[in-house]
This record gives sequence, C-alpha cells and structure tokens, in this order.
Amino acid sequence: MPFRIIVEKRVEDVPKWLPAATSLGAVVLAFLICGVILELIGGDALRVLRFFYQATFGSWGVFSDTLVKATPLILVGLACTVAFRMRLWNIGAEGQFYVGAFAASLVVLVPLVSPDRPKVVILTAMLVMGLIGGAVWAFIPGLLKARYQVNEIITTLMLNYVAILWNNYWIFGKWSEGGFQMTPTFARSSWLPRLADYAREIPAFAGITLHLGVVFAIIAAAIVWWVLYRSRWGYEINLIGDNPQAARYAGINISRNIILVLMFSGALAGLAGMSEISGVVHRLQERISPGYGFTGIIVAWLAKLNPFAVILVSILFGALILAGREIQPSGLPQLLQGIILFMVISSDVLLRYKIRLERAVVSKP
Amino acid sequence: MSEYAVEMCDIVIRFPGVLANDHVNFTLKPGEIHALLGENGAGKSTLMNVLAGLYQPTSGQIKINDQVVQFHSPKDAIAQGIGMVHQHFMLVPSQTVTENILLGLERPRFFLNLPQFDQQILALQEQFGLRVDPKAKIWQLSVGEQQRVEILKTLYRGANILIMDEPTAVLAPKEITELMKTLRQMANQGKSIIFISHKLHEVMAIADRVTVLRKGRVTAAGQPMAGLTRAELAQMMVGRKVVFTVEKRPHDPGEVVLRLQNVSAENDKGLPALKNVSLEIRSGEILGIAGVSGNGQSELAQVITGLRPCQGLITVNGQPVSNRPPIEAIRLGVSHIPEDRTKVGTAPNLSITENSIMKNYRDDPIGDGWRINFNNARTYARNLKEKYAILAPGVRTLARKLSGGNLQKVILAREISAHPRLIVAVQPTRGLDVGAIESIQTLLLEQRDEGAAILLISEELEELMALSDRIAGMFSGMIMGTVPAQLRYLDEIGLMMTGTLIDQ
Ligand SMILES: Nc1ncnc2c1ncn2[C@@H]1O[C@H](COP(=O)(O)OP(=O)(O)OP(=O)(O)O)[C@@H](O)[C@H]1O
Ligand SMILES: [Mg+2]
Repeated sequence: MPFRIIVEKRVEDVPKWLPAATSLGAVVLAFLICGVILELIGGDALRVLRFFYQATFGSWGVFSDTLVKATPLILVGLACTVAFRMRLWNIGAEGQFYVGAFAASLVVLVPLVSPDRPKVVILTAMLVMGLIGGAVWAFIPGLLKARYQVNEIITTLMLNYVAILWNNYWIFGKWSEGGFQMTPTFARSSWLPRLADYAREIPAFAGITLHLGVVFAIIAAAIVWWVLYRSRWGYEINLIGDNPQAARYAGINISRNIILVLMFSGALAGLAGMSEISGVVHRLQERISPGYGFTGIIVAWLAKLNPFAVILVSILFGALILAGREIQPSGLPQLLQGIILFMVISSDVLLRYKIRLERAVVSKP
Repeated sequence: MSEYAVEMCDIVIRFPGVLANDHVNFTLKPGEIHALLGENGAGKSTLMNVLAGLYQPTSGQIKINDQVVQFHSPKDAIAQGIGMVHQHFMLVPSQTVTENILLGLERPRFFLNLPQFDQQILALQEQFGLRVDPKAKIWQLSVGEQQRVEILKTLYRGANILIMDEPTAVLAPKEITELMKTLRQMANQGKSIIFISHKLHEVMAIADRVTVLRKGRVTAAGQPMAGLTRAELAQMMVGRKVVFTVEKRPHDPGEVVLRLQNVSAENDKGLPALKNVSLEIRSGEILGIAGVSGNGQSELAQVITGLRPCQGLITVNGQPVSNRPPIEAIRLGVSHIPEDRTKVGTAPNLSITENSIMKNYRDDPIGDGWRINFNNARTYARNLKEKYAILAPGVRTLARKLSGGNLQKVILAREISAHPRLIVAVQPTRGLDVGAIESIQTLLLEQRDEGAAILLISEELEELMALSDRIAGMFSGMIMGTVPAQLRYLDEIGLMMTGTLIDQ
C-alpha cells in the first residue's frame, strides 16, 4: 500500500471551531446514513428528507410546532447540564418533570388559587409550584447521596417510576374525567398565553401554538449560563466536577452542593412539566412526556454541557419528535436519533486524535 | 553494537504559545545512566514523552540502535524496547502486582495462570534486585514499592531503555538509596537509563553523563559527569550562580499560633496514624517535622487543615479547628501546601486563574456578591504568575498543561501570597529546580519574618536545617522530641527519626 492512515494523539489545542464542526458533520452524516438505509430497503430518501423538512421547518406554523416540542427538551437538557457539570448523574429528569407537572396542576385542581383570580397570579403560582415540585423530587436523591453516599443514578432512576405511578394514582383515582386517565381540561385562566391568542390583533398568528414556555426556556438557558460561567456557585460546581478533593481542600461544602445542584436540576425539569401542561396539554394526564427526561440526557451530552448549545440541539430533536409523529409508525426518527447520538459520540475521537494520510516509507533494514 | 542506543536529532516540539523543544539533540549510550537536567518547564518531560511515543515531534528524527524509527503511539516505542516510568504512577490499586504487570498485554489472552506469572516476575526481580511481593495488592504498597512495580512493568515488556521522570521526588531517602542501587545494577546488565531529577547530589552520584536543557534548548550535550561540580551544574541549568544557602535571620517568636493537645487520628486504612501528638508553633517561627514518610506526617497536615477527623484539640490563634470543616481553618488564615499537587492541590481542567483563586474566590475583590469578578481574578493570577515566575503562555492555560514544577509554583503562589497566619507546608519545594527552590525558601522565610507560623514537613534534612528554627522528630505517629535546628543536633534528629525519644 502506498499510503498509510496514521492516527496520533493530539498534542496541540483543538481549534475553537472544530467541536462545533464535527458535531454538525456528525448530524449530516447521520442523515446520510439514514438515507442510505432508506434507499436500501426500497424507500425514497430524498422524498422523506423533503417531507421531514416540510413537516418541521417548512413554514412558520410547523416551525412553531418544532419549537413547542423543543421547549421541554431545552428545560430538561439544562437540568441535566447543571447536574452533569458536577458529575452528578441525574437521570431522574423524567420523574421530576412529572412531579413538576403534578404540583403545578394542584394550583388548578385543588384549587390552590381560585380560577377567578387574574391570569398572572394563577400562572405565577403554577410556575412556582412546578419549580418546587421538581426540586423536592430531586431533593430526595440529593439527601440520600449527601448523607449516606447512596448512588444517585439508581435513586433518580427509580424515583422516575414512583413519580409516574403517583401521577397515575391521581388521574385515575381522584381527578379522572369520566373514567379516562386524565383530568378535566383546565380553565383558560391557567393556560400559558400562545401566539394564536393574539390572532385578532395580528392575523399572521392564527393557529400558531407557540406558547410562553419557550421564553421560560430561553431565560432559563441564560440563567444557567450565568450561574455556570460567572457566579461563585458555578465556580464551585465546576471545581467539584473537575476534582472533588481539591474542592474540599478549597473549603467547599460538597454535601450541601450535591443537594443544591440536584434541586436546581430538578426545578428546571419541574418547570418543563409545568410549561407542558399549562402550555400544551391543558390538563394532567397519562404520558404527558414521551420520555423527555431521557432525551434531555442525550441533549445535554450532545450540547457538550453548554447551555446555549442545548437550545440548538433541542430544536433538532424537537423536529425529530415532530416528524416522528408525522411519519408514524415507521420509527425513522428514532433511528435517526440513535444514529446522530452514535455519530456525535464517535466524532469525539477527532477531537482527541489527529488523523493523517502518509506515504508509506519503506524502512531501511 | 552501535555506538548509541538512542539518538534524537533536531527535535522540535511546539505547543500553543510555547516552543518546548527547540532543535534538541540527545544521545544515550548502551549501558549508561544519563541524567537530564533543566529548569522547571525547560522541556525535559516533553522530550522524554517524544521518546516514549506519547508526543509526535513537529520535526526531528529518532534513531534506535542506528535505525530511524517513527513512533505514533506508546505501543510503537515499547516495541522498540523503550519504557517510561512516569512521575504519577498508573497502577490499579485494587489489583495485585502481577495483575498490574500483565495489564494491557496481548497475552495471556483468556486464562490467567497467575502462579506461573508470579514465578516469572520473581525471576525478573531477582535479576535486578527489585523486591516486591507479586501477590500484594497495589494499595498495600508504599510509594517506593509501587515505583518498583512500574519498573518491573517496563522490564517485563522487554525494555532496554528506561526513562525515569523525577523518580526520586516521591521517595524517602532510604528508598532513594535502594533505587540507585537497582539502577546501577540494571546499567551493569546493559540497560540504558535516562534519569530526570532536580536533586543535583543524586545526579552527581549516579549519572555517567549529563545533558542540560534550558528554555527548550540544549546547554550541555552529553558531558561526562566526572569533574563537574554542583555549582557548575546549577549554573548550566539556570544560567546564573545559585546560592545554595538561604539567609536566615535570628528568629523572634511571638505568641502561640498553632497548638495541638493530645491529638490522635487514623489513616485511610483505619489504623492509628497519630498518637497523642502535642506541639506548639509561635508566630514568626518555623517548626520542621523530620521523619521518614508514612509516619503520620500527611495525617498531621490533614487534621490541622480540617481534612481529617481526629481526637484531641487543635487551635489556631486560640480558635478550635479540629473536626471542623476546612473552611474554618481557611478563614482563620491557615494556608496548606498539600503533599499531592495533582490529586489535592489543583484542578487539572481549570485554568491557572481558576486554580489561583481557590482559596480567595469568596473575598473582595474577586468575589463580588454572588458573582466572581473574573477580570479581577485574572489580574490577580497575572500578578502571581509574574511574582512566582510561573512559566505558561497565559493565565488561561489549563493546569494540566503546566510542567510539574510550574504546577507546584501555582500552589505555592496561591498559598504563600494569602498572607497566612499559619502555613502547613508539606514538601513545599518538591519538583522545583534549584533556582526556584532558592526563591521559594526565601519567600517562606519572609513570611516567617512577617509573623507567620510555619509547620514544615519535609523528608530532606538539608531543607529542614536551612529553614527551621526548631525540629521535631516524628516516628510511628508520635513526636519523639524537639531540638533547635542546629548542626550539632544532627545525631539527635537521626535518633528521633528511627524511634528514640529525646528529652529537651
Ligand atoms: N500538553 C501541553 N500543552 C501545552 N503546553 C505544554 C504541554 N505539556 C507541556 N507544555 C509546556 O511545555 C513546556 C515544557 O514542559 P515540560 O513538562 O517538558 O517541562 P519540564 O522540563 O519537565 O519541567 P519540570 O521540571 O517542571 O517538570 C512548559 O512550558 C509547559 O507548560
Ligand atoms: Mg517534568
């Protein structure tokens, strides 16, 4: 062979643009691979791609739907980002999402606030309850880890099931509407404002379902960024994440931070639950989340734990979920999701190694 | 046989902002011990990492036994018989010596007939005088024994060329003597050894030839060791005359700063490590702790700084600090130069700035309410970098990219510049070059003259004598006595270190 492929460990710094470029390349490649698979099984890849585009970014209407799907993903993605920065493996965002949704519903269902009060009051109450609900649910594994060194992966995972069953109990047993596994629709005063609500003033908004939750998500991303990159607390989180022993030596209370960071993470996931029931579903029901909490883990990872990248990755995954609904039951988007994840994780190799093509030298005897 | 076992010609290695090796030539003869000297950040570890296949040079050529080779990974280097013992060991603590030695090898593939391999390894030990129980688990071994395992690992892989990067920095004096004997024995059997160290007396005792690097360039290429003096070596390294004795003014102790009353503590394995230790250090005074490492010195430093629970009472300026969170000692003005600079003292993936504010990020002007004023933090770090001559492209450089000595300087800068009331210094000059040792020792004495109390834990008698006002001997977790730090008490110090109580 005249040429050899040589893989060497990188000595120099990775150029600033490279991580973004490889991630983008990985996504493109994943689409290509999916296309090849489609062609192989006799499909028309180009048509599917066109359809995918039409269904997700093709018009303001569908793009708004994409953003609506992206909203909960951004919030759970941020939830995971915060925890993962400290190497706390919170895989319980799903459960925290459910408990957040449940707590926010209490405002309407108990009701904690009368439906006749102004919308701002009701929504603020729901927002606060959503945050608290998620935070409380994450407090449990936090306390167990801080006090008794119980592995948070197991506790957060298990509490997901508890949260979902807890939710089911109430929607089946207490607030069921006519025996279905859902509560009655909430009063309009507890709905997050949508663009469509302003269609009378601005006709272009007619039918656009984008709701205030997306603003919550973007504000949350900005807050998380500030906390992680500018605040004292963020410095502590990064230090603990990089070297817990050095953090302890620097006088940082690690137990307290385990609890606080998990609660912050849980609050973000709980907010996602609140935004979902108040902005989209308008009632508490079974399966309010098609696994957002788990997708959030992937989102955070693909975004390399950068809060703003979380927004972009979430929009891509929002589009995949949306297209999934349209192309059902082919399962193509899940395939694509899997391949993207696989490609992005493998592309990390490019960041750590350098690949060269070299003319093979015949070594002297 | 070829004249040279290794020839490195015109090696250039460029890191962002640093030319770590600037056209370096290096030769190693078969069967010789070759010392590689140079200031902190001169490029010694980098050059050796090139030889071990970890880094690929920007340009340059490597010849092994007159044959041009190209290494793309450490595997290629191992195949050419090159083995490197890094300063930070890469062993699996929960596995046995034999298992660690076999780790990562192609063979045995499926079935591990451990007793058979134990035998092979014992034979290898016999040949080179590297004694360590093959069935022992790594965590049970002392640092010196772990190092022997690392050496055995390279020998088992067939190494003929052995690179040792600052092997003696972590060893006790007795272990150093043993290592020297082993190295000599290996050289006599035809192995070629490259030996990096900052301790010139060791280098003079063992090396046949010496190569000196300064700022990435060779200033002395393979000079025969015979005939060179310590002062000449030092001058070649730092480019100026080095005074080996720092000036110590007569001390004038003030009130008691640190007081330990009957303090006992356990080590990580749950065994007693400190037994009824009582001592006092006054303001403006340096108390040296002499002792072979592993006799409770690490634990002593940890109980004072709140990192380890204990029985008994420890006070700083009259305030109790024992069994309190570390932050309380920090607030009382206790600085701590920890024993392990990478595991405890720094965070590898954070910048120099973030590493230098570890103790004062809460305080004005760096801490500002809930936020950190990173502009002020960077200015602060830049000043430290300047004052302590930390060699790095900038303060945004990540800690893991610093050379060993420069990382140590980051810790020293952070801990000394905080104007502490008490400094707990464990091996503060470990890994520093002769020039840096001189300036750090001067800085420590300055702190003492300004009224700080200093607890100096060191295994180097020379350093203890140079800095301390009083010296306490430590043995098996007990203080065996305290004597003034004067040459006429050397015998007593030796006795205390080996377990004899001295009354003073
Ligand atoms: N991976 C890296 N990335 C960037 N710069 C590096 C890297 N490794 C080393 N350097 C830089 O190269 C220079 C030489 O470092 P090297 O570790 O070889 O020094 P050294 O001679 O071993 O010093 P010491 O005695 O302190 O261990 C230093 O300025 C260091 O900061
Ligand atoms: Mg080095």
